[in-house]
Amino acid sequence: MKVALFIPCYVDALFPEVGIATLELLERLRIQVVYPLDQTCCGQPMANSGCHEEARATEKLFVKNFSGFDYVVGPSGSCVHHIRENLTAIPQTAQVRKVRASTFELVEFLHDVVRVEAFPWAEFRHKVGLHNGCATLRALKEAATSEIAEPRFSKPMDLLSKVKGIRFVTPSRPDECCGFGGTFSVFEEPVSARMGYDKVSDHHRAGAEYIVSADMSCMMHQQGCAERLGLPIKFIHIAQVLNGARA
Amino acid sequence: MKRIDHAEASSKFIRAKDHIEFHDRRLWDLRQKRDRESEYLPEWEELRSLASAIKEHTLANLGDYLEEFERNALANGARVHWARDAAEHNQIVFDILSSHQVRTLVKSKSMLTDECDMRPFLESRGIEVMETDLGERIQQLDNEPPSHIVVPAVHKLRTDVARVFSQTIGTDPKNSDVHYLAESQRQHTRPYFLRAEAGMTGANFAVAETGSIVVCTNEGNADLSVNLPKLYIACVGIEKIVPRIEHLGVFVRMLSRSALGSPITQLTSHFRAPREGTEMHIVLVDNGRAERLGMEDFWYSLKCIRCGACMNTCPVYRRSGGLSYGATYSGPIGVIIDPTFNLRKYSALPFASTLNGSCTSVCPVRINIHEQIYKWRQVISERNQLPMIKKEAMQIAGKVLASPKLYRAAVEATGAGLEHLPRFMLYNRLNAWGRQREVPKAPELTFRQWYLKHRARKRAKR
Repeated sequence: MKVALFIPCYVDALFPEVGIATLELLERLRIQVVYPLDQTCCGQPMANSGCHEEARATEKLFVKNFSGFDYVVGPSGSCVHHIRENLTAIPQTAQVRKVRASTFELVEFLHDVVRVEAFPWAEFRHKVGLHNGCATLRALKEAATSEIAEPRFSKPMDLLSKVKGIRFVTPSRPDECCGFGGTFSVFEEPVSARMGYDKVSDHHRAGAEYIVSADMSCMMHQQGCAERLGLPIKFIHIAQVLNGARA
Repeated sequence: MKRIDHAEASSKFIRAKDHIEFHDRRLWDLRQKRDRESEYLPEWEELRSLASAIKEHTLANLGDYLEEFERNALANGARVHWARDAAEHNQIVFDILSSHQVRTLVKSKSMLTDECDMRPFLESRGIEVMETDLGERIQQLDNEPPSHIVVPAVHKLRTDVARVFSQTIGTDPKNSDVHYLAESQRQHTRPYFLRAEAGMTGANFAVAETGSIVVCTNEGNADLSVNLPKLYIACVGIEKIVPRIEHLGVFVRMLSRSALGSPITQLTSHFRAPREGTEMHIVLVDNGRAERLGMEDFWYSLKCIRCGACMNTCPVYRRSGGLSYGATYSGPIGVIIDPTFNLRKYSALPFASTLNGSCTSVCPVRINIHEQIYKWRQVISERNQLPMIKKEAMQIAGKVLASPKLYRAAVEATGAGLEHLPRFMLYNRLNAWGRQREVPKAPELTFRQWYLKHRARKRAKR
């Protein structure tokens, strides 16, 4: 199994520890991982702004970097969603379609492809509120949502439940968007910040010591909000918890 | 025409602390009630699929069903009028009213008449128009459009209503008891029902098979508007057609459950034919709908049954209020309809969304709302309606992110992300990020630098 590691631009630049945890976790699971050195971004920031022409060259570069692998795995739901559903600014050649179909978010890769049974090295003795990014939740369907009448399931929860000592708390609105939304966070700053404040306050009231998520971009926003509000709440990516981070 | 600035309007809304908290809580409560109601029905998701299929079939054969509706309505003794646009609609209504020497019109809720700006048109021609739905009446008295398609005054606290009523219908300004306020409005409205020469309703559904108008309400005001005066006018958007009466068995089960989380509205009235000695007129209105039906990506929005579930669930709508959209239709459904009326004016609205998709998940007729929002952004960009600052930022981002070299120069410079990232990833000159949020701290090394150091030292080529 040839796996390419996709580390989104903002993780590369701001949260290298998330990339490191993802890499180490895959290595622990004895998966051979290649990190294509010329990778940058998937094109989502431009495409989500309606700027497909501006996204074209970035999408082309993404496909060039990630061709020839069995799987492309990245620790970010919204980027993976963009690649799988919306990487359409470039002609859809067989190569492009192959890369898009091979791309997985870390949680679904571990849950559906590798089918990891245990994380014996992992222990996290804290009260945790799980945050599912909206693309992860409603587009990649990693968990059931409160809006749809369907049997309950949660892939991230399945994985986290295998971590020793972890306890979960549930906010009153577990599926509510946190308000990051990419460029929404700055162009609609008043609503974005308000949504973020409401989100972290909800987790805080539920008793969360940590918010854990597969979406670091949501957490970047939430962390910024929690720090400004002075809430004693910490943020950690699911890859770090599964890789054995203790705090 | 000036672009509606949703962000600016929302910041005003958010500053009114009591209001935004109430607004968010109230609508979230409706969303939760909707969840509970949908869980009671094991066939809920199947109903959504059925409702969607019926609407798609009807829209695909709309011309035929409209003609069938007209035939049956005429056979029932109603008169049928066709209005190409808002101006024609208003003129038709005015002509009917003036030919009957109507001075006062009582009407129940209709988004269509708001869409057509009918009230000012009639009022400037000497016809008094009385909104009889409580929420609509509050908004009329306060000179504001409705902020929600089902609960028009949901952005107001009861103390606001007390203020409006005290200034307009003479209630006690200090008494904001809801029963007192509702009863006062009721007493105030009653004489209008008795003296109005004409009544008007919108339509929730128009049934082709029977030629009847179906109106779902909770206050009884529509029935009084129809059944007291001798002249009744129903204003109907052409997308309101359903083929058979049996199809109501799907829609009526979903409408109020989706809207308010109640199993059904208090009244579901079928208006089929004029009573003895009275007239019934039906105005079928296009006003851009036929054109929308021809839009490959956007015609699905015509499936909408105006339940407002997408608004109730929308985290952005709940925190910005319907008036911040500056349009007849607000919230997610508004965001995908409004640009068809005026692309430039409403070009910021598709960006008033995080693309979270909750709207799509609750929509009883399965409109792919958030996907349409995404597509509208493309249309707006292609037609050069993006603000210059955003377009430029995207052009720069597109260049930087397409080049490994430029990208690395941006993220690996001294001080790394902190210095450069907010500029090219968050695209703003005014540092909107930091206004209410802390900026993430820059790490010493990017992931790539760490990787080169720890995993691939030999392969490193810089």
